[in-house]
Amino acid sequence: MGILKTFALGGVHPEENKLSSNAPIEKLALPKQAIVPLGQNLGAPSKPLVKRGDQVKAGQLLAEAGGFISTNIHAPVSGKVIKIDNVIDGTGYKRPGIIIDVEGDEWLDDIDLSTDLKTEIELDGKAIIEKIKNAGLVGMGGATFPTYVKLMPPPGKKAEYLIINGVECEPYLTSDHRLMLEKGPEIVVGTQILMKALNVKKAIIGIENNKPEAIHHMQELVKPIDGMTVQPLKVQYPQGGEKQLIKAVVNREVPSAKLPIEVGCVVQNVGTAFAVYEAVQKNKPLVERVVTVTGKAVKKPSNLLARIGTPIHQLIEAAEGLPENTGKIIGGGPMMGKALTSLDVPVVKGSSGILLMKKEESVREPENPCIRCSKCTTVCPMGLEPFLLSKASKLGKFDMAESEKIMDCIECGSCQYTCPASIPLLDYLRLGKNKVGAIMRNRGKN
Amino acid sequence: MNMFTVSGSPHVHGGESTKKIMHGVVIAMVPAILVSVYFFGLGAIRVLLLSIVASMFFEWVIQKYLLKGPLTITDGSALVTGILLAFNVPSNLPGWMIIIGALIAIGMAKMSFGGLGKNIFNPALVARVFLLISFPVQMTSWPKPSPITKGFTDTITGPTPLGIVKEGLGADPPKTISELAPEIPSYMQSLTGDMGGSLGEVSALALILGGVYMLYKRIISWEIPLSMLLTVVVFSGILWGFNPEQYADPVFHLLTGGMMLGAIFMATDMVTSPMTRGGQLVFGVGVGLLTILIRIWGAYPEGVSFAILLMNAVVPLINRGFKPRRFGAKPGVEIAQ
Repeated sequence: MGILKTFALGGVHPEENKLSSNAPIEKLALPKQAIVPLGQNLGAPSKPLVKRGDQVKAGQLLAEAGGFISTNIHAPVSGKVIKIDNVIDGTGYKRPGIIIDVEGDEWLDDIDLSTDLKTEIELDGKAIIEKIKNAGLVGMGGATFPTYVKLMPPPGKKAEYLIINGVECEPYLTSDHRLMLEKGPEIVVGTQILMKALNVKKAIIGIENNKPEAIHHMQELVKPIDGMTVQPLKVQYPQGGEKQLIKAVVNREVPSAKLPIEVGCVVQNVGTAFAVYEAVQKNKPLVERVVTVTGKAVKKPSNLLARIGTPIHQLIEAAEGLPENTGKIIGGGPMMGKALTSLDVPVVKGSSGILLMKKEESVREPENPCIRCSKCTTVCPMGLEPFLLSKASKLGKFDMAESEKIMDCIECGSCQYTCPASIPLLDYLRLGKNKVGAIMRNRGKN
Repeated sequence: MNMFTVSGSPHVHGGESTKKIMHGVVIAMVPAILVSVYFFGLGAIRVLLLSIVASMFFEWVIQKYLLKGPLTITDGSALVTGILLAFNVPSNLPGWMIIIGALIAIGMAKMSFGGLGKNIFNPALVARVFLLISFPVQMTSWPKPSPITKGFTDTITGPTPLGIVKEGLGADPPKTISELAPEIPSYMQSLTGDMGGSLGEVSALALILGGVYMLYKRIISWEIPLSMLLTVVVFSGILWGFNPEQYADPVFHLLTGGMMLGAIFMATDMVTSPMTRGGQLVFGVGVGLLTILIRIWGAYPEGVSFAILLMNAVVPLINRGFKPRRFGAKPGVEIAQ
C-alpha cells in the first residue's frame, strides 16, 4: 500500500488486542428490566415525557431534548414504566433514569423492522436533519455529541468534506469493525444521507490498515458511488480523534479551540452512519447498538447488538460470564474508557464496548519522580507538554495551565500510557481542564 | 458483592519504566566498559567497582537518613552515575578521591536538589569538574593504555592527545600541528581507544556502539548528539581550514577527549537536557561551540565537561523559549464555497 497516511504529531501504538474481530454481531436477548438514563449525550440531560405506570412501545418517545445540545430518548423496549428514579450510570454517580419492566416486544407501527436495504433517499436535507434530531442520534464512537448539531454548520461556515470515522483506534474494540463488515451497504447509504444533509460532494471513510478486510469490503461498496472514497490509514492512536482524523485524511489542522467545521469538515462515526440509515430509511430511532464485550480472560469475546438500557451483566453473561479474577470493568476502550462501578450499569447510546481487565492489569504502577525524559511531549498529538501542564495543575497554577493550552488536551491518555515514571499525568490534566474551564466560563460572565 | 478498581483512563500502560531506561543505559555502556578493562586492566575494574559501590551507598544513606524517602537505589540511576563517574576519571586515581567524587555526584549534585529528576547539573560531570579542580595532578596523569594481553603497566603515565596539542601549541617557541603529529595517536587508535584518557572516554567506537543501541531503544534521541558533533565539526573545521598548522582538524576533535562520551552519554542525560526538539538542537549546538572555544582558547585542554555543565544551567531558559509545535496553532484554511 506504500506509505499510509496518518496524523502529524505524536501518537502511540498500544497492543491492539482485537480479540473479538472475528465474532459476528449477535442479537442479545431482551432484558427483564431496562434502565434508561436521561443523560446519554454530551450536553443537557433529556426531560422525561412519561410517568410511572405508563405503558410504552419500543421506539416511543420517552424523553425530549432538554436544550440545543441535547437529544430525544426513545423506549428501547415495550412494557410498563415502573419508576423514574436515580440510577447508577457510567459516570458512577446516581442520576435520573426511567426504569421499564419489559413486556413482550411491541414496536410502534410506523417503524420498519425489515432488513431490506433501502437505497433511495426520499427526504431533502432539512427533513433529514429533522429526522435525525427526532430519532435521538448521538456520536456513537463514545463522545455522544448530538448528531444533528454537527449537521447544522453555523452561519457563514460550509462543510466541504464528510469524514466517516471507521478508525476504531482504541485497542480491544471491534464494534465498528464488525458493523462495517456486516452492515456495509447500510453504512454507505447512511453516508449518502449525511452528504445530502450537509450538501457536500465528497465523503471519505477513514479505516486503519489493521482491518484490511473492512477496507477491502468498503472499497468495493463505494466504487459505484460518486464522491465517496475509502482512505486506508496507518495504525496510530489516537487517530479516531476528530482533529487527528481530519489531519490524517485531508491534511487540515483544526485551529485551537475551534470545531472541525472551521476547516470545512464534519466527522461522523460509522456506527452513527448506520444509525442515520435506520433513522431516515427505516424510521427507527436510536434504541439499540453494537457493543463489544472483551478482555483477555473473557471466554467468548463478542460483539452484541443490545438494546439501550440492558444492564451490562447480561452482556457479560452472553460472553460466557464474568471471569473470576476480574479487577476492573471499563465502559469503552482501555485508553479513553471509563471504569464502571457496578454490573448494573446499563448500555447507553455511547457504549462502544465493555472491557473486563484482569486483577493484575487493573492496578497502576506506583508513581515515581519525573525524569524529564520528555516522552510525554513527544507522544502528545496536540503538541502540548503534559509534564508541565500536570505540574501546573498540581500546584494550582491554572493561569499557566491556560496559557500553555491545557484546554487543547483531548484526554487521549498517550502521555500517561508512555510515562516511564508512571505519573498519572491525565488525572492532573483533567483536574486542570476542569478548573481552567470553570475560570474561563466565569470570566465570560463578568 | 463484587468490588472493582475504579480509576481514570488510560487503563493500560506501555510498560516503559525508569528502571528499564537506566538498565538500557548500563547495557549501552558495556562496550566502553570492556574496552576500558582491555586497555587499563585491573585499574579500570577497581575504579568502576569503587565508584559504583560508593555512589549507590551514598544514594542509600542520604535517602534513608537525610531525605527519609522511599529507597531509590534500585531504580538504577545511582548505578548509571557510578559508571559515568568512573568513565570520567583516570584508571589510576586514588580510591579515596573516587569516593569523594561519588559523594559530590550523588550528595551535592543530585540529592541536595531533591533526588532523581530534580538536579540541574549532570551529577557525574559535577564530580569530575570538582575532582579536576581539587586534584589537578592526579586527575590529569593518565596511565598509558596497554592491552590486557601484554600485561598491566599501570605505572607509566602519558598525556592525552588534547594535552599534547595544547602544550605543544602553547610551548615556547610554539610548535605546529605537523610537528606534533608523530606524538598524536592515529585515527584508528582513537577509534579503538588506544590512547591516554579517562577510562571510559578513549574508544569512540565503543561509545558510538552504545549510542546506536540507545537510539534504537529510544532512550536518547538524535538531536543532541548530532547537533553537538556537527557544531564541533563545522566550528573546528572552519578554524582548521583557516590555518591547519595552528588548529587541529575536525576528526581529531571528534575522536579525542570526552567528545563522544559527552555527546552520547552526558549531554543526552534526560534530567539535565531540554524537553523539546528545538531546545535540544540549541542545547547541542551550545555544547559544541563552548567545547571548541574552551579547547582552543581556554586554559584547559578539554572543554566538554564545562560546556555541558554551562549549558545545563540554561536548560530551564531553553525550555521556556522552545515549545513544541502546537496542533492547530495556525488559523484555519480557506474553504472552497
